[in-house]
Amino acid sequence: MQFLADFLPAGVAMHAPALIVVIPLITAAVAALMPNGRVAWIVALVTAAAVALLSLNLLGQVAVEGVISYHMGGWAPPLGIEYRVDMLNVALLLLVGFVGLLCVFYALPSVADEIAENKQALFYSAFLVCFTGLLGVTITGDAFNVFVFLEISSISTYVLIAMGAGKDRRALTASYNYLILGTIGATFFVIGVGFLYMATGTLNMADMAEILAENGHNRVSQAAFAFIVVGLGLKAAMFPLHVWLPNAYAFAPNFVTAFLASTATKVAFYALIRFLFSVFHPDVSFVEMSFVWLFAVVGTVAMVVASLQAVFQTDARRLLAYSSVAQVGYMMLGLGMGTASGLSAGLLHLMNHALMKGALFMALGAFALNFGVRRIKDLAGMGKTMPASAMAFTIAGLSLVGVPLTVGFTSKWYLVTAALERGWWWAVAALMLSSLLALAYVARLLSAIWMDSPPTHHGELTQRRLAPWMVLVPMSILALANIYFFFHADPLVWLARSAAEAVMGGS
Amino acid sequence: MSPHLILQVVAKLLIPLIVVFGFYVQFHGEYGPGGGFQAGVIIAVAVILYALIFGIDAARRTVPPVVVRFGAALGVLIFAGVGVATLFMNGAGEPLNYLDYDALHPDQGHHTGQHYGIILIEIGVLTTVASVMLAIFYAFAGRVPDIPDEEW
Amino acid sequence: MLEILAERFNYIPIIILMMIGLYVVIATGNLIKRLVGLSIFQTSVFLLYITIGKVFGGAPPILETYKVDEGYGHGGDADGYGAAEAGHAADAAADHAEPAVDAAHQTAELLYSNPLPHVLILTAIVVGVATLAVGLALVVRIRESYGTIEDDALNAADYSLESGSAE
Repeated sequence: MQFLADFLPAGVAMHAPALIVVIPLITAAVAALMPNGRVAWIVALVTAAAVALLSLNLLGQVAVEGVISYHMGGWAPPLGIEYRVDMLNVALLLLVGFVGLLCVFYALPSVADEIAENKQALFYSAFLVCFTGLLGVTITGDAFNVFVFLEISSISTYVLIAMGAGKDRRALTASYNYLILGTIGATFFVIGVGFLYMATGTLNMADMAEILAENGHNRVSQAAFAFIVVGLGLKAAMFPLHVWLPNAYAFAPNFVTAFLASTATKVAFYALIRFLFSVFHPDVSFVEMSFVWLFAVVGTVAMVVASLQAVFQTDARRLLAYSSVAQVGYMMLGLGMGTASGLSAGLLHLMNHALMKGALFMALGAFALNFGVRRIKDLAGMGKTMPASAMAFTIAGLSLVGVPLTVGFTSKWYLVTAALERGWWWAVAALMLSSLLALAYVARLLSAIWMDSPPTHHGELTQRRLAPWMVLVPMSILALANIYFFFHADPLVWLARSAAEAVMGGS
Repeated sequence: MSPHLILQVVAKLLIPLIVVFGFYVQFHGEYGPGGGFQAGVIIAVAVILYALIFGIDAARRTVPPVVVRFGAALGVLIFAGVGVATLFMNGAGEPLNYLDYDALHPDQGHHTGQHYGIILIEIGVLTTVASVMLAIFYAFAGRVPDIPDEEW
Repeated sequence: MLEILAERFNYIPIIILMMIGLYVVIATGNLIKRLVGLSIFQTSVFLLYITIGKVFGGAPPILETYKVDEGYGHGGDADGYGAAEAGHAADAAADHAEPAVDAAHQTAELLYSNPLPHVLILTAIVVGVATLAVGLALVVRIRESYGTIEDDALNAADYSLESGSAE
């Protein structure tokens, strides 16, 4: 850890919390000026690499020295804006940084295929703005700042999704529906923050927590809680509020889907955890009640219902999108247990899910890149025509089911253990049922890929076609990570556990 | 004789005034109501008025879309760049944080650096807001309607 | 009852606007009207923020003692304004309780309105404008590729596309 804290020059390391947000912001403007997509891609790649390095450095700093507080412009909190890094957000920063890096690496061939040449530079610029927003939500310690960054990332996300219109015009309506619901969610969130400001007179989250603990809760803070949960729940695609997600994921460009599926909803979920645990205290009666009666129950329903919906999809990416909603249910269940072990199991699943879905969507992107397919029955014979991508897809798919030897098993194991600690047998039963349903929908995909024979083309079987290496490398890294972190689960488990302790113990 | 002669003459008189007023709002913004947002919109309005009177093509020749795109990015770079500059200009010995304008001028007692910082930031805001307003206008006004006007 | 309402009169138009906005978003099938509803909904929240910044009898939040020669007045630094030293963090944390009063006690009894909500809402308005611009741009594109901006017609077009391609 000391090494991680020291490997950057002291001047850079000191400003790392600001730089991790500012660098993508500046390079977004630079990328917009680039003459063509390839140069803009290099800018994006360098940025993502820099962000990944900075997030590693921040991990080292937090592990060695504890919570970092960075005062924007030298204005001391609670009056000034504070960037506050503890174990919880450093875990998210690492996730966004590294998955972002892999996704950008993957982007070049995929974007070249899907986006018009003269729009590519602006496309990368929009991506970097989205990246800025996600990192900003994660790192800031100011409640209103969360809203601003949330909207920065959301507005650029609407644009990124709509760019899928080149392939399928339904991307436009999907993006429009997401815009309406996303804006309602953000506005609910900002109402909640306004109520919190009325109740406490401050916008700094740590300060809010102190004042709320001191003065106790009243109806204003309860209303704030309700608005914030609904608002962030919309952004995180919590079960009944998830209707925007399937179409958005199904019609966005492949690179965007892979990136969003593994980062955007995760960051919104992080913000929810931050508010539930750090601003409101889990011991407060109405928060505790919401854990059991809202998050655990709705999470359980989501696990089952969304999985069931996934089984009946015809579009491969829509199927995985419904599966994402179900996986958010797992995280909600972990959160709803309200214990440190439950929360850490939820966070572990959050990170593992990013690994699985990243690899799965990348593999679907590879299929689409070579053969232009998106429906499940068109995947027939991919095991023979694109064996490497099909292998990666299979590993990640099995991980999604929770087969042993993959990380999916690890996080479900921790979830089951945490549920048993609380004596929630029904939750274990729901987990089993949901895993069976996951098996059903993954089996549909895998049987099409491996069992069916490739389609014939003018009487001949389709030829074997290798995906570009820039697609294969990040996809394989994510797929192998699914196996690697089963055998070496300690780093992720440590990260999730210390993240959970940071919010449970610290507040 | 153009049927829009009066409009054109009046617009020619007004446009410089609008731009000057925009700059007044811009540089007054440090002490009174005003600032980059408002000034940016006012300056964009001058160009939009020109486009309304003389046609979008004439406006595109005056302020080409490339310039607009460049300006939008440049404003963000000025804005964020001021913050980055403060990271490097910790001349007073004490390291300062991102966006700490005091670094911009050694006179700490009167916070002269903060005055500089605000003016620089507002110039960035002006550039971006004016460019983005024009970009939105060009994007909407420049689209060839695929349906005749009567149908609306 | 009437008294309770009269004390909170500022919330009444806010709630009405909020409900109108949400209703329009839900009830209409026209994409443009839906954006209009969204804007009304957002505007109600702007009003909510601005009304909570009002302090009765408060002056506009401009420092009375301000002189160019003396910088931002003697009290400025003690409140953590522009002070980078770590020691000020605790100092500032101690007097967070009432932002409006907080700004006031450097010029004795002068009471100021709270300027912070206005600043926040300025940001939120910009966010709202950006959202609206993106939304309208999307509607223009939808109109160009579907030839309609009615929700039902769009769904019908998408459905025929789905069932058509399944053949």
